[in-house]
Amino acid sequence: MAAPYPFTAIVAQQDMKLALLIAAVDQGVGGVLIMGDRGTGKSTAIRALAALLPKIPVVANCAYNCDPERATAGHCESCQQEKAAAPKKTTTVSIPVVDLPLGATEDRVIGALDIERALHAGEKAFEPGLLARAHRGFLYIDEVNLLEDHIVDALLDVAASGENVVEREGLSIRHPARFVLVGSGNPEEGELRPQLLDRFGLSVDVATPQDVASRVEIIRQRDRYEQDPDSFIKQWRRKESAQRRRIEQARLQVALVSTPDEVLEFAASLCLQLGTDGLRGELTLLRAGRALAALNKKDIITCDDIRSVAPMVLRHRLRRDPLDESGSDSRIARVLESMEAS
Amino acid sequence: MMPSSASSQWALAEAALAAFSVAPHALGGIWVRSPPGPVRTLFLELAEDWQLSTIAKRIPLHAQESRLLGGIELTQTLATGKLHWESGLLAQSHGGVVTLTMAERVQRQTIAHLCSALDAGSLTLAREGLSQTVPAAFGIIALDEGLEGEQPQTALTERLGLRVDLGNLSIHDALSSDMDSANLRNAQARWAAVTLDDALVEALAATTLALGIDSPRAMVLTARLIKILAALEGRSEAIDADLERAVVMALAHRSTRLPELPPENADEEAREPEPQDEQTEETESPDNQEQPEITPPLDAVIEAAIAHIPPGLLASLRQGHQPRGKSSSGGKSGTQQRHKQRGRPVGTEAGDPRRGSRLNLMATLRAAAPWQTLRRQQAAADRQGQLQIKPSDFRTTRFRHRRESTTLFVVDASGSAAMHRMAEAKGAVELLLADCYSRRDSVALIAFRGDKAELLLPPTRSLVRAKKALAALPGGGGTPLAHAVELTTLLSEQILRDGATPTAVFLTDGVANIARDGTPGRQRAKEEAMTAAKHFRALNSRALVIDASPRAQQKARELADALGGQYLAMPQADAAGMRNIGRSAEAVN
Repeated sequence: MAAPYPFTAIVAQQDMKLALLIAAVDQGVGGVLIMGDRGTGKSTAIRALAALLPKIPVVANCAYNCDPERATAGHCESCQQEKAAAPKKTTTVSIPVVDLPLGATEDRVIGALDIERALHAGEKAFEPGLLARAHRGFLYIDEVNLLEDHIVDALLDVAASGENVVEREGLSIRHPARFVLVGSGNPEEGELRPQLLDRFGLSVDVATPQDVASRVEIIRQRDRYEQDPDSFIKQWRRKESAQRRRIEQARLQVALVSTPDEVLEFAASLCLQLGTDGLRGELTLLRAGRALAALNKKDIITCDDIRSVAPMVLRHRLRRDPLDESGSDSRIARVLESMEAS
Repeated sequence: MMPSSASSQWALAEAALAAFSVAPHALGGIWVRSPPGPVRTLFLELAEDWQLSTIAKRIPLHAQESRLLGGIELTQTLATGKLHWESGLLAQSHGGVVTLTMAERVQRQTIAHLCSALDAGSLTLAREGLSQTVPAAFGIIALDEGLEGEQPQTALTERLGLRVDLGNLSIHDALSSDMDSANLRNAQARWAAVTLDDALVEALAATTLALGIDSPRAMVLTARLIKILAALEGRSEAIDADLERAVVMALAHRSTRLPELPPENADEEAREPEPQDEQTEETESPDNQEQPEITPPLDAVIEAAIAHIPPGLLASLRQGHQPRGKSSSGGKSGTQQRHKQRGRPVGTEAGDPRRGSRLNLMATLRAAAPWQTLRRQQAAADRQGQLQIKPSDFRTTRFRHRRESTTLFVVDASGSAAMHRMAEAKGAVELLLADCYSRRDSVALIAFRGDKAELLLPPTRSLVRAKKALAALPGGGGTPLAHAVELTTLLSEQILRDGATPTAVFLTDGVANIARDGTPGRQRAKEEAMTAAKHFRALNSRALVIDASPRAQQKARELADALGGQYLAMPQADAAGMRNIGRSAEAVN
C-alpha cells in the first residue's frame, strides 16, 4: 500500500490538526471528535498522524504494547509475571493507530477465545482484540455515529477505566487498554449519543475552505501526491520531522508546564459562565492548554492558551437546548469576549 | 455544449464510461441512473467490452456481510481443526469492477463496506478470529433504477466520480462509438502523467465554489477525470474542453446552488436567492486579477454544468431549497436481520451461524459434548483425538432489541391551514420533535401545499435539520391531501423495510381540495384522499391525526378513521395543551 499523505501537507483545517497534536502530546485529554462534511480529509489526517508520531519503546513480543520503562503495575499479566523473573527485551514500534472498521464484531474488538486453538488443541486461550492493539496509541472510529450500540458501550467502559476486562466464554482476562479515542463522522448522518459525546476531550468541526486559493491548493497537493507519492513525501520530509521533534519535545515538557493561579481562575470562571456540567470541562481545558503551551515551547500556561483551546474543549459540553438556534461556538465566543472586556 | 439532444446525451454517457474504464478505482465509480431496458443493457455490454481487467463481480441486493468480507469456512474448519478462511467478494474484486444492481435499495452495511474499500483501496478485517488488511481496489458501476424520490445513499454517490443518466434515451439514440480498447489501454498508461496548468485548476476550484460543492473529494475526483479525458484524446496536457466535459460528468449533479448567470439567462433565474451573488463575485475576482485572459472559459464551464444539472434538482435549486438528496436515509443503520446481531442476549438456539447470527461457541461445544464418545467410535482412526463437532451442534446467540421508531410528520401547509393556525401547528410539531429527540427516534417531515406533497426531510435523527426544515416551511395554496397520504404510505413502507417502526402524525384540517393529478375539485380530492388512506391502513402502521381547524371538524375525524389511526383535536394554544398532544403521541408510539 502507498505511504500515507503527509500530515504537514494537509491544506487548512488548523483546528483539526491542532486538536490531534494536543492529543498526541497528552493522551490524558481524552479523545478527539471530528465532525464535518464528507470528504474533508478526516480519515486522511488520522492516517497521516500515524506516520508522523514518534516511535515508542515496547516489551518485545507483548501483545499489549507494554511500556518497558513503566513499573509493573500497568502491565499485562504475562509481562508482570515475566518481569519479576527476568528483564525483558525491548523494541521500538510506531505508535499504534488502530482502525475500528464498521461491522467489526464484538469479539474482535474486546478479544475472545482463540477459536482455532479451542477447536484444534482443545485449550482455552485468549486472543487479544483491537483494544489490546490500541493500547498506548489511538483507536480510530470512522462514522462513529453509526457504530452499533453494544460496541459503543464496551468502548466507553474501557476508555473510562483504561483497562479491558473480559469475562466471556469461560475466560477471565484483564489487560491495560489506555488509548486516545478518535471519532469522526458526518453530523447529517445522525447525532451522537450524549454519553459518548461527553467522553471526547476535544471536538472540532471541519468544513471545506470557501476560497479559490485554498481549493486550488487542495487539488494541486493531492495531484502531486498521486503522481509521485515517493518524491512528494520526500519533499515534505523536513517539515514532517520538524513536527515530529516538536511533539517529542512537548511530550517531555508538558509535565513541567506550570499553571499560575490566575489561569486556574480564568478557566473556572469560563466554565461557570458557560454552565458546563461537572469538572471535566475545566480539567480538560487545563490539560489541553498545557499541551498547547508545551507545543509552543513555553514552560508556563497563559490565559491566551486557554482561550485558544476553549472552543474545542467546551463546544460539545454546553448543556444544549435542542431548539436553540445559536451554535455553541458563538456562545463560547460571546463569553470569552465579555470576560476580556471585564 | 448546451441543452443536450438525445444523441449527445448518449455520447456523453459513452465518454464517461470510457473514462471509467481507463481508471475504475481512481474515479471511484459511475452512477448509472436508468430504468432497466435495452439502453441500459447496451450500456452495460459496452462497459464489459471496454473493461481492461478481467475481474468483474456482481454484488446482489442482499449480499450477506460474511460473503462481502469473507469469513470462516465452517465445514472445512471443523473437518480439519484448522482455521479456514474464505475470501469475500470485495477482496476478490481487487483490481476490477464491481456492479451494484438496484443501488438505491442496497443495505446500509453493504454501502459502508464499499465506501471504506473505495477510500482505502483495501479492507481492514476484524472478525471471527481474523485481523488483517486485504487489498480491495475496484471501481463501482452503481445501477440505480431512477425512480423519483429514490436515490442510492449519499455516502456512496459522494464517492462515485461519474454520473450518467440514461432515463430518456431510446435504443435509437445509442450510436456506435469509435472507441477501442487499444485507445483505452494507451490512456490507462498515460493519464497519471497528464499535466494540469494553474489556470485550469483555478477554474475548477472556482466552479466548485460557484456551484456550492463543498466536498474536496469531488474536486480531487474531477481533477483526475480531467486528466483521463485529456489522455483519451491523446494529449499530455489538459485543456479547457476537458474541464468543461469533466464538470458536466462529475460535478453538475452535485450542485447545491445556482451561480449568478450571464444576463441572457437572467429571466429564468428570477427566483434565485440573493445571498449567493457576493460569493460568486468573490470567487471570480481572483481569476480576473491574476490571469485576465483565462476567465471566459469559466462562464462557459458553469453554463455547461447548469445545462446538465438533473431537472428535479434544478427545480429545487431554483426555489432556493437545499437539495434533499444530501442524506437520503441518514441516521439509520442496520438491516432487517439486525435482531440476530445486536441487542440484549436472551439465550441461545440451534441455527446456522452463516445466516447472520452469532455463533455461541460455549453452547456449541456443550451441545457437542455428550456425543463425543459415540462419534469417536464412528470416526476414522486419524481423527480420534479431535473434538467431533457436527453442524447440528451449532448454537447461536439470540438477541432481543427494541426496534427503532421513526415519526413522520405530515404537515398541512395549505392556505386553509395557514389561515387557521399555522404558527401553532409549527409549535406543536416542535414540541413533538423535542419528544422524539429525547427518545432518540428518527423523524421525517412531509409538507403538502399547492398541487403536491413533498418530502422535506428524509428520516433523520438530526433535530437541527428537522427544525430548519420546519422553520423554512412556506404556507398557502391548495390542499393535496391524497398525494400527501400516498407519499406517507410510500415512506412508511420504506421505513418498515429498513426494520424500523413508522408512526405518521398528520397535522391538517382534513379538507382536501386538490386531486391526485393536481387539479382542483373538492369531491374528487376527498374521494382520492380516502382511497389513499385505505392503502395506508393496509400497512397496519400507526397514525395520529391532529385536527388543525379552529373547531373540531368531522373531516379530520373521517381521515383518522380511514387511516386506522387516532384523532385529536388541537387544543387551545397553551403550553399545557401542547404537552398533552406530546403525551398522546407518545402513547400512540
